[in-house]
Amino acid sequence: MRCDFADSLLQGYFDRELSAASAAEFERHLQYCVQCPAELVDMDLLSERLQFAQLYEPAPASLRKKIRANLRHATAATAMSKPLLWHWLAAAAALLLLAIAGWRVNSVVRTDDYQAELAEEIVDAHALSLQSGHLTGISSNDEQAVKAWFKRRLTFALPARDFANEGFALQGGRLDVMEGRTVAVLVYARHEHLINVFIWPTRERDTSPRVGSRQGYQWVDWRKGKIEFCAVSDASSAELEQLHRLIAG
Amino acid sequence: MNDLDAEDRLRFEQLVLPHVDAAFNLARWLLRRREDAEEVAQEALLRACRFFRGFHGGDARAWLLQIVRNTCYSWLDKHRPRELMVEFDEELHPQPAATPESIAIANEDRERLSRALESLPPRFREILVLRELEGCSYKEIAAITSIPIGTVMSSLSRARRQLCSALTSSCHKEAIREV
Repeated sequence: MRCDFADSLLQGYFDRELSAASAAEFERHLQYCVQCPAELVDMDLLSERLQFAQLYEPAPASLRKKIRANLRHATAATAMSKPLLWHWLAAAAALLLLAIAGWRVNSVVRTDDYQAELAEEIVDAHALSLQSGHLTGISSNDEQAVKAWFKRRLTFALPARDFANEGFALQGGRLDVMEGRTVAVLVYARHEHLINVFIWPTRERDTSPRVGSRQGYQWVDWRKGKIEFCAVSDASSAELEQLHRLIAG
Repeated sequence: MNDLDAEDRLRFEQLVLPHVDAAFNLARWLLRRREDAEEVAQEALLRACRFFRGFHGGDARAWLLQIVRNTCYSWLDKHRPRELMVEFDEELHPQPAATPESIAIANEDRERLSRALESLPPRFREILVLRELEGCSYKEIAAITSIPIGTVMSSLSRARRQLCSALTSSCHKEAIREV
């Protein structure tokens, strides 16, 4: 049998992730444990072997070149219009107007693209969460328990409500990371389908629901009261809209 | 790539581009083939570019690696879904050595380690690559892989043990073959 600390403190100690006090305490444990010291040696040997073998593979020059080319392509248009502005003042004024108009249109399109992109990411995350089976960080249908669980982990107030009477039973919640920010996820069961509702704070104004589908999953995205919601499922989009109405109240 | 003005581009170059090696290395170990890794890393960088407006500072490497990881898993899901099914599989299938004689002695251990690492399920492979090759802290690993820090420790523990046993089983087989 392995030592109880082998999967936790031993790893933290080896990776120098423990506080000084915990490390000192663990060193006392090492003096009398019969397994941990041997495992520590194995881990050390393995790590050294991995370093020595130089398994790290840096990016090939061809990849760097492609990325640079893409970046240049992205900014070429802006760079070219600048000298023109200097040369012809009259033209400059016209161009400026055009640029502003263009920018306005562009920024609208951009927001839409951005939202659609994000929804796609969320659908991927939903599919992945089904696959890896780690659906819930907290598994509970108790609104207060779920709220309390999130309260310790989030900086915004989360509307966690159970709609079992309406056919959407709260299963629990978890945290996920989407493009570098933490998002809350509420999980509902609708007949045999699971629905993930991704929730995160936003600075944008309220929007009415937008729907879409990807890879056999439907999503509905809306913003209300500086919070953005995106519900994803293989349930029908009518069912998702029903859940949207329940959440939005 | 789209949606970048000159100022954004400069920030992107300063903050994100230094981590292209890390992006490629993670993709290479998750996908196990350099050509696929190059394609997916490029795709991930495009995504990073698109989402750059949503990045408000912080750990740029962890931010980029999280995008790389998601892009790799989406790609695997689409092209090699079977590889994602072998979740925490205790049964290991290291690939047989090409021709052990042909491998230079200096590279032998590197080959053996590569094969053993590639035989692990993707989730164990990624956590070892992030910790042992990339030198990420537990906090960074938790952010990149979206798992709690406690789970980082236990996954690392299991991944290390699996790698050790994959190494001994392949050594053992080679020893038998040599006899």
